[in-house]
Amino acid sequence: MSLADDLYRETILDHYHQPRNQGVLEGPSVLTVEGVNPLCGDELTLYLDVKDGLIADVAIKSHGCSINTASASMMTESVKGQPLAKVQTLIDTFKKMMMEKDSQVTLPEEMEELEVLEGVKKYPVRIKCALLPWNTLLEGLQCSATGAGQAKPKVVTSE
Amino acid sequence: MLACPKMFDIDTIRKDFPILEREIEGRKLVYLDSAATSQKPQSVIDALVNYYADYNANIHRGVHTLSEEATAAYEGVREKIQAFIGAPQSKEIIFTRNATEAINLVASTWGKQNIKAGDEILLTPLEHHSNLVPWQMLAAEVGAKIVFAELTADGRLDLDSCRRLITSKTKLVAMTQMSNVLGTIVPVAAVAKLAHAQGALMLVDGAQSVPHLPVAVKELGCDFLVFSMHKMLGPTGVGVLWAPAEILESMPPYMGGGDMISAVWRDRALYNQLPWKFEAGTPNIADVIASGAAIDYLAQLGMDNVRAHEVEITEYALKRLRDLPGITIYGPESSQDRGGVISFNFAGLHPHDLGQIVNEDGVAIRVGHHCCQPLMRDMNVTGTARASFYIYNTKEEVDALYKALENAQKVLGHVACR
Ligand SMILES: Cc1ncc(COP(=O)(O)O)c(C=O)c1O
Repeated sequence: MSLADDLYRETILDHYHQPRNQGVLEGPSVLTVEGVNPLCGDELTLYLDVKDGLIADVAIKSHGCSINTASASMMTESVKGQPLAKVQTLIDTFKKMMMEKDSQVTLPEEMEELEVLEGVKKYPVRIKCALLPWNTLLEGLQCSATGAGQAKPKVVTSE
Repeated sequence: MLACPKMFDIDTIRKDFPILEREIEGRKLVYLDSAATSQKPQSVIDALVNYYADYNANIHRGVHTLSEEATAAYEGVREKIQAFIGAPQSKEIIFTRNATEAINLVASTWGKQNIKAGDEILLTPLEHHSNLVPWQMLAAEVGAKIVFAELTADGRLDLDSCRRLITSKTKLVAMTQMSNVLGTIVPVAAVAKLAHAQGALMLVDGAQSVPHLPVAVKELGCDFLVFSMHKMLGPTGVGVLWAPAEILESMPPYMGGGDMISAVWRDRALYNQLPWKFEAGTPNIADVIASGAAIDYLAQLGMDNVRAHEVEITEYALKRLRDLPGITIYGPESSQDRGGVISFNFAGLHPHDLGQIVNEDGVAIRVGHHCCQPLMRDMNVTGTARASFYIYNTKEEVDALYKALENAQKVLGHVACR
């Protein structure tokens, strides 16, 4: 399979050119988290509105590469409206798929589309691009749980 | 003597670099990342192997044959480098691990001794992190201030800003002679005059210039020059610091240990003379020796010829790349004002994606912030794609880059364009 088939598949490019939930959220309950990919310097800002144990709304502002942008876009679609416990499972599942060598993860319905990112695994430097939004969301959930309104910019690693 | 081409004949040159035969993804390698590190000619590889195979030994103080041979080879390279940069004395050549370590050496010795609270260090926005962070660390420690000269819109140094910003408070001016992002060639000799007029010293980061331009320390008029051998055909692990002997004599040692002493007691030590005062511990003998072969190679080509070749390639590349729709090319317009480095972006495409797709065609370019994050912020981008050229690059390779970029645009744009 060529790289274009692996990485630059239509789903990815579609989300890259028309990212979902791009933008800024405002409001007293909105939490802001910044993610930085130290490898390439890409930054993203995640806006998270948690209400009644659900992700009521989520938005991302970024100028990332295709992998990063598509991952963020698909992530927001899969977690929006979901209860926090479920979101945690989605994050764990995605990270498992991306980080374990021969992971045989079956993705739940909410995130089936994200399977296209599995091809990124062949390109180790790019895994971080795919993980950045998810690690930023994780940080957001932790801030939300501890009541810390604003998180310090989180430097994302592939752990 | 090693076989080196006498004239600048690109076919002969290319045959000296075994790696250029490599295939990537079934295509011939097109290596356009020499600003990060250059490829190595066979003579450098041989010098490295011969040392280990024939006369591997620790240097200095050895009385046996191997040690004498190794010492002579190691010290011989100091003289080659002295001649290469026109330094008055070989003891002014200090070997370090890389340009970064050479800058850190100056910051922790001369810097700590001479830069005090309220003093200023003038840098430019072009600096690589390695000529920025050591000064930030020093400034934080002693309470000094970092001041930045300004750039013109096309990324050249604004000399007027230097005239304005270099004052009696300035103790050090440190700048690159060639930007590794924009390719800008900086008129460091003119800045050195301004610095000296205010009693400041001048450090030149030659990491990009020494490999690509004829450089003579007398003409630069600087007080410190640093560079890395791995960017100029040599192996990794060897950097050079040059400074006039009087300045080096006045500086405290950088690291303590073997080789940097002339006598040691339980409670004190007498430091060695130059250059060994700054070379504590067993140095990188093998790579210094192989660096000698790199210097021989460049010296035989002639740095004027190296520069002329790069101007030609860069001019051609600028002309071709400007044709690509949606491209932004950063840095000075004229190839006379720049080295063989071209940074660019395409509207709506991320450099990371570009770099990966052109790799499919065997084309190696660098993408990202190039260790110049403050400059990226000034340029309002998170990164760029960068092609950089050296003695072995051809116009055909520029054409290969052009085609690969065209293809990348197709791959990445195809959803949007439909
Ligand atoms: C302008 C400039 N300065 C300094 C450096 C640092 O060189 P090294 O990593 O060999 O210390 C580089 C290397 O990329 C450079 O381009």
